[in-house]
Amino acid sequence: MSAPNPTLRELAVHMVETVPQAAALGFKLVSVADGRGSILVPWRAELVGDPATGVIASGVVTSLLDHCCGLAISSAKNERFPTATLDLRIDYMRPAAPHAGVTALAHCYKMTRSIAFVRAHAWDEDPEDPIATAQAAFILNGAPAPGAAR
Amino acid sequence: MSEAGDRLQGFLASVPYIQFLGMRCELAGDEMTAILPFAPHLVGNIMLPALHGGVIGAFMEMTALAQLSVVQQTPKVHKTIDVTIEYLRPGRALTTYARADLRKVGRRIANVTVEAWQEARSSPIAALRGHFMLSSDE
Repeated sequence: MSAPNPTLRELAVHMVETVPQAAALGFKLVSVADGRGSILVPWRAELVGDPATGVIASGVVTSLLDHCCGLAISSAKNERFPTATLDLRIDYMRPAAPHAGVTALAHCYKMTRSIAFVRAHAWDEDPEDPIATAQAAFILNGAPAPGAAR
Repeated sequence: MSEAGDRLQGFLASVPYIQFLGMRCELAGDEMTAILPFAPHLVGNIMLPALHGGVIGAFMEMTALAQLSVVQQTPKVHKTIDVTIEYLRPGRALTTYARADLRKVGRRIANVTVEAWQEARSSPIAALRGHFMLSSDE
């Protein structure tokens, strides 16, 4: 991995910690480089989805994965790049451990002039033992409108 | 209130994340509408401004779980297996509504579709298809 671009890192911190929903969920930037981005959401009581177990809500993981995919696109572009999610598919392998935060890592593995394709996974303790995986497609805003010649 | 209504309100009140979103539901007979009033902390793009895509997805997922709580007898929370979210229009800084259609509720698995809209139901902003593992009291 190349050394992280400090400007990209500043943009990433801004994107991860000041977007209202990201700030409300308490997102923390873990890393951003080479078309990849990683974000942590620490556990806290108001984010719980199952009161019987204290496990963080799958909806929080949905926002985390979506945001992490956007970060990966900015990382691939080396700039903050406005995008809109076209579709997002998430598989939940297992619940997170009770009272555990969740970390996600996304990789923008292909970008055309108008579309970015991103994969992501999320885990609580071990990246090799994911709680969820995601596959998403994003339209790059500022790119040609759908139907326009590519 | 009906038993189903009690279960629904019990579900909504028991899940902290639903309070965090600020989501509520109205039940008319067996037809449920989920309501997500706009709030600043739900924003994902301050320039437009637009709701965070994750918020819209999470709201539709919670709508599916709420609809399942109406028809299932257990107070336990069902588990999401997978969701596919399609984004059709930007979620503007407005109240968002959603309705869930339980396409199949089997013994262990439910297949649910959800559609979310703002000003006009005929112009949905997003849709979700998902599978859910049903919890039982046993």
